[in-house]
Amino acid sequence: MSGEQARKLIVIVAIWLLLLLAPYWMPPLGGYTALGTRVLVLGLAAMSVNFLLGFTGVLSFGHAAWFGLGAYGCGLMLKFVALSTPLGLIAGTVLGGVLGGLLGTLIVRRRGVYFAMVTIAFGQVFYYIAFQWSSLTGGDDGLRPFSRQPLHLGFATVDILSDATAFYYFVLFCFALAVAVMGFILRSPFGRTMLAIRENERRARFLGIPVERHIWIAFTLSCFFMAYAGSLYALVNNFADPRGLHYSQSGDFVIMAVMGGMRSFWGPLLGAAVFVVLQDYLSSVTINWMSFVGLLFVLVVLFFPRGLLGVIRRKSEA
Amino acid sequence: MTQLLVFNITNGLIIGTFYVLMALGLSLILNLSNVINFAHGGFLVIGGYIAYTITPYVGFWGALLIAPPLTAVIGLAVERVLIRPLYGRDPLYSLLLTFGLAFIIEDGTRFIWGAQGKPVTIPAFLAQPLSYEFFFITGYRLFMVAVVLFIVALLFLLLRYTRLGIRIRAGTLDLETVSALGVNVRTLRSLNFAVGIYLAGLSGVLAAGQLGLEPTMGAGVLMPSFIAIIVGGVGSLTGTLLGGLLIGVASGLAAVFLPAASEAIMYVLMAVVLLIRPRGLLGEEGMMT
Repeated sequence: MSGEQARKLIVIVAIWLLLLLAPYWMPPLGGYTALGTRVLVLGLAAMSVNFLLGFTGVLSFGHAAWFGLGAYGCGLMLKFVALSTPLGLIAGTVLGGVLGGLLGTLIVRRRGVYFAMVTIAFGQVFYYIAFQWSSLTGGDDGLRPFSRQPLHLGFATVDILSDATAFYYFVLFCFALAVAVMGFILRSPFGRTMLAIRENERRARFLGIPVERHIWIAFTLSCFFMAYAGSLYALVNNFADPRGLHYSQSGDFVIMAVMGGMRSFWGPLLGAAVFVVLQDYLSSVTINWMSFVGLLFVLVVLFFPRGLLGVIRRKSEA
Repeated sequence: MTQLLVFNITNGLIIGTFYVLMALGLSLILNLSNVINFAHGGFLVIGGYIAYTITPYVGFWGALLIAPPLTAVIGLAVERVLIRPLYGRDPLYSLLLTFGLAFIIEDGTRFIWGAQGKPVTIPAFLAQPLSYEFFFITGYRLFMVAVVLFIVALLFLLLRYTRLGIRIRAGTLDLETVSALGVNVRTLRSLNFAVGIYLAGLSGVLAAGQLGLEPTMGAGVLMPSFIAIIVGGVGSLTGTLLGGLLIGVASGLAAVFLPAASEAIMYVLMAVVLLIRPRGLLGEEGMMT
């Protein structure tokens, strides 16, 4: 095993150990388990944004729409149809993913800033629908009441509703599933093609790669991951909120990805952790937390465009 | 019914002219510098609050003259310090930076002027309805439309006949060649940015007279302006003009027949346009697509 491979293995083992033991090391440091759960879910969302942004080189600034749709899909399932956590997850993932894929057909021919603008504008459609259709969605007050249900595994029942630690491990399990699929896709020939499009779209086209179709597939996959994360978020809060679909939420996801490091697989998770902890802290100490979050955007762009992991990696290479 | 229809179409046109003013500024900056200025709504708010602050001293007319250039100066400073370092980089970065800036501006105005709405007093003769039958057409509304028409005409003349305008248009098509011909591209971008922000500041003053001021009002106008640009076609200012008026009238009409959809209709319009004509109504193939 080469040194490079060994280093990678150590990093991955360290990440999973940290995640597995989070309920034990977070409280002594002043955190709480539910905060860890939020980091996992928002981190998964940021990784899904980065699946498109960092690995295909396509900037979608409306991804909160698919996240929010996932949350509403999950919530509606639990509230109106069936009291089942897995069914809720499936409903949310399918709702956001399918709608994302459909609208994706209109979007994928655009590039660069135009792509970003169209995704922002389309994302807002769902915000308005969730906001206006009060009879179904609860409008501005959000969708409630619904709650995640205990898991029946056949041989045992896991109470994820009242046991925060059990719920954390449930979310970690769901997170691991998604991350495994994501990693598998990125290692596949398809994932390599995504990188080729990112590096040089014209050359990829000359090689006979159907660029539009690949971008559409990457976009749709990323929408499914996003909706899955959104469904989990509905379970975290037992609540779905129109603001979860708003473009400012999309901005949060993109900044998490950029702050952590767009070019690395785990970067967005780190970015999400920093962002969530910072926001949690700021909103408890000042009412002007919006300014500080805005300032964070400005500072990251001006001084950390490669993200935290990018800086670390460059230092270690130099 | 006729009255209701006329009322809503006029309303839509008036709102449309607002969108046009905002979207033209956004479009100018987008075309030349490839920057999606998320803080554009923020500059509208700044313009409005500057007008609110100076109206007691210089009156409404003075504010209308002074506030927009002051906003443009603030915009110029922001461009110099924050946005200029990002020109060579992926548009993602300027997008994120202006996004953060929008937060700071909204929070900042709330901090300075308070979260409560503020009224701006307009001259009494402008506040009168013009006729009894069409009570909704106040002098101020007509005046707003006249100002917008005047400014838009001026802008198009500037772009068509002045050296600055010709350079801006040329830079939109091929900035590298313009630079090679000895034009200082940095100055060009700064001036262009300032013109865009001037338009945002002007919208702010005009909006303040009609609706009063709130720190959050910028975010509400931003999305329709985006849609106006997409519908009209990225890269075409005439398209932006058309797009703004079109979505204004469409949402006005929707308010008559299906009030809940007056916001959604813009998005439907955008989806239809993208489906039939992916580059937008007047967008040219190959321009930023």
